[in-house]
Amino acid sequence: MSVIVFAEHSDGVFKKKSLEAVQYATGIAQATGSTTTAVVLGPMPEAQLNELGKYGAAKVLHLADERLDHFAIRAAAKAIIAAANQEAAKVLVFTHDVTGRMIAARVAARLKAGLVAGAVALPDLSQGFVVRKGVFAGKAFADVKLNSEVKVIALTPNTFPLKPGAGTPAIESLSVTFDDKDFSVKATATNKVSGAVPLSEAELVVSGGRGMKGPENWGILEDLAAALGASLACSRPVADSHWRPHHEHVGQTGGTIRPNLYIAVGISGAIQHLAGVNGSKTIVVINKDPEAPFFKAADYGIVGDAMTVVPKLTEAVKKFKAS
Amino acid sequence: MKILVCISPVPDTTAKIAFTDNNTQFATSGVTMIINPYDEWYALVRALELKEAGIATAVHLVTVGKAEAEPIIRKALALGGDEAFRIDSDSNDPSHTASEIAAFAQGSSYDLILTGKESIDYNNGIVGGMIAELLDANYIGFATRLDLNGNTATVSREIEGGEEVDEASLPLVLSCQKGMAEARIPNMRGIMAARTKPLKVVPASGAASLSEIVHYELPPAKTGVKLFTEDQVDELVQALHSEAKVI
Ligand SMILES: Cc1cc2nc3c(=O)[nH]c(=O)nc-3n(C[C@H](O)[C@H](O)[C@H](O)COP(=O)(O)OP(=O)(O)OC[C@H]3O[C@@H](n4cnc5c(N)ncnc54)[C@H](O)[C@@H]3O)c2cc1C
Ligand SMILES: Nc1ncnc2c1ncn2[C@@H]1O[C@H](COP(=O)(O)O)[C@@H](O)[C@H]1O
Repeated sequence: MSVIVFAEHSDGVFKKKSLEAVQYATGIAQATGSTTTAVVLGPMPEAQLNELGKYGAAKVLHLADERLDHFAIRAAAKAIIAAANQEAAKVLVFTHDVTGRMIAARVAARLKAGLVAGAVALPDLSQGFVVRKGVFAGKAFADVKLNSEVKVIALTPNTFPLKPGAGTPAIESLSVTFDDKDFSVKATATNKVSGAVPLSEAELVVSGGRGMKGPENWGILEDLAAALGASLACSRPVADSHWRPHHEHVGQTGGTIRPNLYIAVGISGAIQHLAGVNGSKTIVVINKDPEAPFFKAADYGIVGDAMTVVPKLTEAVKKFKAS
Repeated sequence: MKILVCISPVPDTTAKIAFTDNNTQFATSGVTMIINPYDEWYALVRALELKEAGIATAVHLVTVGKAEAEPIIRKALALGGDEAFRIDSDSNDPSHTASEIAAFAQGSSYDLILTGKESIDYNNGIVGGMIAELLDANYIGFATRLDLNGNTATVSREIEGGEEVDEASLPLVLSCQKGMAEARIPNMRGIMAARTKPLKVVPASGAASLSEIVHYELPPAKTGVKLFTEDQVDELVQALHSEAKVI
């Protein structure tokens, strides 16, 4: 019996949130007297697989079939179900992101397992199996009790800091018989936005709103982001006016993020904007209007004109980093 | 070409979030319910466009809920759609919802089942994938575009840091988000027509609920913002480092 965790990678590197999921699965394994088995799909060098041991994986089941390198959801679900059966797993862990949710839904339906999507804590085992998750776009938490024998959890990324230890996993290959149906959704093209860390994974985010007045003023936000090593985001009207690309838009209709630090510049803090960002650990608001609603949701703030405050803040960050 | 659109009633985005019964129930009093925005703006509108283009022959709507859900599904019918079905059951377990919808769809040979990317109350984003597995159909989540050519769908979907274009054969389950269509406002004719469109109540198949919410909690209130002047940027950076520990 083990806790199964799906460890996704891209271009031969595990994502930080996948390592977090492995560490989380290990927390559950320790609490339930079990061990962690990570499932890795697609080619991956052995040295990389060993990396998962640092986060507690006792075993890695590796399916090196290269058709799985490029995301075939049905095949991936089938492989993870095979792994779960082989290991007699009672708990399966995924990441609460685009890919993780697509696979977790199929796996849970097949295994007749209850699913908690968006977990933000380890299960509380004192009264059954209860997992806390975010609801109402971060405005509340719900404690969800899973009553099925097999349980599936999708963990919200950036919930726990990574604490690598020592440990080397046993590596075994996983074999699964696929049929055509498992690859019946075919990817014909991918357009990746190159460059910075994907917004959903970023720990530090600098975000601009309509208060920035126009795309020509984004240079000061780019400088601040560069000084911090942060990614850029924006409010919806900014993306709608094509000042910034749509994938940077956060909020109810855009992305939901939970960085450690969210710096909002010239954003009023409308409820639909907050819906995408109020899971951030620390919020800094820079706005010239002391009455801007965002200040109510903020930890730190500066009332002032972005055009002068932001360059000063950038200099202060650079000075701090150099010291 | 028959399309089924899954409609979830949710509290309005601006609703005050509060709980009753010792924090075990969501307080619905004074809360306006709306159609889940992703179901309305993207899934339903795209289905209607496909019908208007002569590609779809029928657009059906389904909701899993009790009688309180009917005004919401009537609102959806006012935008368009031929018939609506309410599966008479109440649960906030996504496995239950998906099983009920799959059981309903099983006999009706829908070519396309559209859901929203997630419900804005429980933020799961999984009901569509579960329906697909239960019906042994293809599933593409978080889709931003859908085109049909005979039995083949071409779909763009969100991936980490970009977009992927997929091809899949029907039957297909799709979860829809921004990009899929432009929001519409119901007109008077639609509202009048919706009054006489069939809304059938379907008995639940009795699918098990595999999860239940036992307790709700509001996050701790922010202790209040700490303000700095623009000449105290060094102090702010220090606070982010030593107090908030984020840099
Ligand atoms: C159904 C629905 C869904 C929505 N979804 C989203 C969503 O996903 N994401 C989203 O962001 N919005 C969303 N919105 C829109 C949202 O309601 C707000 O309209 C939007 O967030 C406002 O963007 P903003 O703060 O950039 O602009 P504004 O509200 O115009 O605010 C600009 C702010 O900049 C400040 N400012 C101006 N000049 C300066 C300066 N020189 N220096 C510093 N500060 C300055 C002003 O004081 C003001 O507070 C949605 C709305 C609806 C109805
Ligand atoms: N009670 C329901 N009735 C009908 N459809 C639903 C219901 N709940 C969820 N859905 C559909 O499933 C999608 C995803 O919901 P969820 O997985 O709960 O976030 C929603 O956008 C709806 O299209």
